[in-house]
Amino acid sequence: MLQLPQPSSQTMSGKASGALQRLAERLLGSVGRKFVIGVPMVFLIAIFALPFLVIFKISVSDMEGAQFSDLWIWQDGLLHLKFRFGNYATIFFQDDLYLRAYASSIGFAALTTVICLAIGYPFAYFLARSRPDIRPALLMLLMLPFWTSFLLRVYAWKMLLADNGVFNTMALASGLLDEPLKMMNTPFSLTLGMVYSYLPFMVLPLYANLVKLDLRLLEAAQDLGASPWQAFWRVTVPLSKGGIIAGALLVFIPCVGEYVIPELLGGPETLMIGRVLWDEFFANNDWPMASSVAVVMVLLIIVPLALFNKYQAENAQGVDR
Amino acid sequence: MGPVSGLGTTWVAAKSDAPFLQIVSLVKRFEEAVAVDGVTLDIHQGEIFALLGSSGCGKSTLLRMLGGFELPTSGQILLEGRDLVRRPPHERPVNMMFQSYALFPHLSVWDNVAFGLRRENLPGDEIASRVEKMLEMVQLLPYAKRKPHQLSGGQQQRVALARSLVKRPRLLLLDEPLGALDKKLRERTQLELVDIIHQVGVTCVMVTHDQGEAMTMATRIGVMSEGRILQVGLPGDIYETPNCTFVADFIGSVNLFKGKVGVDEADHVIVDSPECRHYVSHGITGTPGMEVHIAVRPEKIGIQQSPPLVHDYDNPAELGFNSARGRIHELAYLGSQTTYHVVLDSGMTIKVSKANDARHDSIGLAVGGEVYVWWWGSDVVVLTQ
Repeated sequence: MLQLPQPSSQTMSGKASGALQRLAERLLGSVGRKFVIGVPMVFLIAIFALPFLVIFKISVSDMEGAQFSDLWIWQDGLLHLKFRFGNYATIFFQDDLYLRAYASSIGFAALTTVICLAIGYPFAYFLARSRPDIRPALLMLLMLPFWTSFLLRVYAWKMLLADNGVFNTMALASGLLDEPLKMMNTPFSLTLGMVYSYLPFMVLPLYANLVKLDLRLLEAAQDLGASPWQAFWRVTVPLSKGGIIAGALLVFIPCVGEYVIPELLGGPETLMIGRVLWDEFFANNDWPMASSVAVVMVLLIIVPLALFNKYQAENAQGVDR
Repeated sequence: MGPVSGLGTTWVAAKSDAPFLQIVSLVKRFEEAVAVDGVTLDIHQGEIFALLGSSGCGKSTLLRMLGGFELPTSGQILLEGRDLVRRPPHERPVNMMFQSYALFPHLSVWDNVAFGLRRENLPGDEIASRVEKMLEMVQLLPYAKRKPHQLSGGQQQRVALARSLVKRPRLLLLDEPLGALDKKLRERTQLELVDIIHQVGVTCVMVTHDQGEAMTMATRIGVMSEGRILQVGLPGDIYETPNCTFVADFIGSVNLFKGKVGVDEADHVIVDSPECRHYVSHGITGTPGMEVHIAVRPEKIGIQQSPPLVHDYDNPAELGFNSARGRIHELAYLGSQTTYHVVLDSGMTIKVSKANDARHDSIGLAVGGEVYVWWWGSDVVVLTQ
């Protein structure tokens, strides 16, 4: 007679508990994953997205005394929407102050980025090629300025560059100059201050990139007839593209909206969007206008960034093709 | 010999009957250690010369000095009679295929191969035709647009080969050319690589730690240890007549009997060792009483359950010599052959390998069994160092 295996109640419950356990693991696993992504997500929403929405709301509201008007009102079965885009029209079509300020900010930011790259690249290259045992000390030196407040360091430049400052006094005393050179409150002092402040942000990503460069690739290039100079331009530079882009973004983006350095080192006629923003908020008290300027500035920075991201993603896709 | 164009320089062989590549008393000393310790070597045109040794023996440093990536501490390197040492790598008519290839990750296969030609400022259509021909030779033309990371290991290896050959170097250097490939692919690629090198007709120096690779690919082998070249010869010479215990032990496996020369005649010598008396059927340069090693390869040893008889030997005079009794301690069945570890009466363990040329092993050799091992006096090598 055939004996059919009878599923005992015990194995049944065993199976059920196994399935339960798997389900729990899966849930927990996905919860864990969501949690890991969720923390920065919540952070970004709370610190960036919500404030941005608030600013956008202010930019399309009317000021009613000390209050902002509501964007929509429900009245007698009618939904009244009220978005005021007049500020944006002013920025783009009526007052060219804003566009000039944007252009000038982008110009200064670009100049700063280029100078930081020109100084930072050899700097990072030297760091990456230095003896491994002294590298931590050199990196430490690079970070050292951060131990002093940013504000104090910018103030220090004021002392150095003033008409009766350290540089002019020394130049006059040594007979190098007959009269003090006007350096403070010029485009020169502004650019100098920004380059000085943001240089480490260029050097660090470049260093991180260059230190990983496989030196055998340079040997291969030389083996194939490239002089050291050609090997640098044909191999090192293209391979450090990621570091160059990261460093340039880290310098360019904060420079566009920089307020403190233009305020302290820039001339009265130097137009920077950061200062325009400040004036709109705190001198004119025109919060909707100031918010509009801020929204345009964010979009101005986000659009090239998004394009860059798209380009990166397409490049990454090429990997799997 | 026609002139070979290089970057800004033209390589013209000096007229002389000197060997193609001469390495003379080459020394490379790093801060503390001596990496290459007085190597002198002649390499002939058209040969594939393998530098064989374990890691740290100085073979890679020697190769890098040929490529120009290390400056010798002293000594000379002459290619076709002309000094190479003072030329930087990009001015040498020498190209190297690097270990794990060092392909440019940001360039396509095509641009990797064209890189060297572009540095010579050749006209565009000549570059294109030479790159195309080279890619065709290594069967990678359909992959020309891919980036290196989109290729398999074997394909990357072929790109590296194409890149180092497309400039038509006078000398090709291969640094562990197949080290990054898995075993099956490596065996197939060895012959393919030799084929291409012969087709191009380039003289080649390769570095490897894999004796099988050296044996398969090279026309001559130089065995290196501790910065010195111990022996140079054809693969067969190195294996069958090693000149010292290191080479004998490094290439393949070997049984070394330590003994003293008893009888030293012009046509034979007799060496006494604790295991047995050795009859060696050739003369040696030595004196009676001298300490020597007798080297016998495992596959040259017979193994059976009864003592060998006179007709087993090629020379009747050997009866009573070249034979020992022992017990099988371990055996390793490898399919095509079996390796027996036999503990002799003296306590020494020797390895004997036997081809499994019949499916059924009728002689019944088993672990623990008493056996006799024996060999011909013409199959041994006497090593004095």
